[in-house]
Amino acid sequence: MRSRALVARGALVLGLVFLYVPILSMIVFSFNNSRLVTVWDGAHSPTLKWYAALIHNEQILHAAWLSIRIALVSATAAVVLGTLAGMALARFGPFRGRLLLAGMITAPIVMPEVITGLSLLLLFVATEQLIGWPKGVGAVTITLAHITFCMAYVTVVVQSRLTGFDESLEEAAMDLGARPTRVFLAITLPLILPAIASGWLLAFTLSWDDLVITQFVAGPGSSTLPMVIFSKVRFGVTPDINALATIMVLLVASGIAVSAAWMRRRQKLRERDLQLAAAANL
Amino acid sequence: MAHLTRLSGRRLVAGIPTLWLLVLFLIPFLIVFRISLSEVRLAIPPYTPLIAWRHGWPSLALHWSAYSFLFTDPLYVSSYLYSLKVAAVSTLCCLGLGYPMAYAIARAGSAWRSLLLMLIVLPFWTSFLLRVYAWIGLLKNNGVINNVLLYLGVIHHPLALLQTDFAVYIGIVYSYLPFMILPLYANLEKHDATLLEAAADLGARPWRAFLAITLPQSLAGIVAGSLLVFIPAVGEYVIPTLLGRTDQLMIGRVLSDEFFENRDWPVASAVAILILLLLVVPIMMFQRLERRQLEGAA
Repeated sequence: MRSRALVARGALVLGLVFLYVPILSMIVFSFNNSRLVTVWDGAHSPTLKWYAALIHNEQILHAAWLSIRIALVSATAAVVLGTLAGMALARFGPFRGRLLLAGMITAPIVMPEVITGLSLLLLFVATEQLIGWPKGVGAVTITLAHITFCMAYVTVVVQSRLTGFDESLEEAAMDLGARPTRVFLAITLPLILPAIASGWLLAFTLSWDDLVITQFVAGPGSSTLPMVIFSKVRFGVTPDINALATIMVLLVASGIAVSAAWMRRRQKLRERDLQLAAAANL
Repeated sequence: MAHLTRLSGRRLVAGIPTLWLLVLFLIPFLIVFRISLSEVRLAIPPYTPLIAWRHGWPSLALHWSAYSFLFTDPLYVSSYLYSLKVAAVSTLCCLGLGYPMAYAIARAGSAWRSLLLMLIVLPFWTSFLLRVYAWIGLLKNNGVINNVLLYLGVIHHPLALLQTDFAVYIGIVYSYLPFMILPLYANLEKHDATLLEAAADLGARPWRAFLAITLPQSLAGIVAGSLLVFIPAVGEYVIPTLLGRTDQLMIGRVLSDEFFENRDWPVASAVAILILLLLVVPIMMFQRLERRQLEGAA
């Protein structure tokens, strides 16, 4: 084999080991009996006691429920706003304010989170002074902040899907007299549905996972799951967090496995349809 | 009539997200800028009012004290420089590891390619915070790495790995590696293999062909990936707080401490404005690349 390919493959294997060893070690030590976390207690392990401790931890359950609700609302609102922005950027050609919109979409993606968090909190403080809203920070302000940074990601996903498709179908429908809303519902929406679905999942994950921005716009009594985890692990390793991490990794991995299987099935069905069509033409 | 409704419909589609981002993204920055020109005071909110009333007329009261404070106290200057150094070193390490990985994936068979890409992206879907936390367990004095090395007899005393620059580099490279690999892969995958074959036919050695053809062609991918790592890494907060040194803070942590611990909102705002000034050129570069990529496809 050529040395260049050998170097590249070596790096690939090394990189994958690097990516997965920390996750695997968390999973292994979640079954460890010892409180010391990284010292394997062979006599009493594996054990499920940290999982049991987790189920009875009110603080973590409460925070997880809050995070789920915030992520559901934020992802849904971000998909609506992000789809509108993606449509405008991909389909409207040059229009006034295009550069402004495009700039405000890409900036939040790379912006350091401390800056976004600080600026959003100062906005909420200023509006409370001016118009008396919001009354203090909490779940509502967290949700508004999450919608804002999630919609940027959704826009990019939807926009890149739309630029991949040619506009002739939409134009044909328009020429046949279909109203814009009808064109959108009958043609554009089905085309971008996969992008909308993956945009929603991405937004849900980002909202569920965010710590830094949330810390700025959260108030007393509105601690999300990442905030609870951070305050626990800041002062060292705790075994029940390993158990929590394992559950989350398993959920994500099975979700991805299911969606991959579904995509594969769809691909196979489409190939069979093509073959049938080809056979019918003979 | 139909023409009119179509126009106003378009205006709504573009207008709603623009309005949202104006109110929740752009205006907040103007507020940060304004508060960085206030002075701290003991009140709620803890800064001098943005508009002062003088003889019944509104007037702007600008104070530069927050900025002069930042430039005279060596703590802030060293945090800025340290953050730039950490972000630059981590970006280079990410590129060094990510480039050959992206190259290997782009050259793999199509059946392997989608599996490998999924393996790269999968960790990104699990909690960022928990993945950084996992490194505490690996790097601690009685952590996994030290225990393995002691067991193998490579070392006789545990190495101090946690709370070092090394731990921060590891954490940043680990968390941002997919952001480096994906744009590089997207670029390398499009390369035309016939150019390399032509070079080989003309007698170029493989490494020479790589340096003369593949590397320059992938420059856009290198720049995009590096910016995606460098810009957020400068303001990184979680990784240095969990893994990093306690005697040298990064600038994102300084901002957060000024805000939450010292309750000095004007200084925190001034720190934010100076980070932005530092990053405005890389952010503009990233925006131009992104725009060209998204619109060039059409």
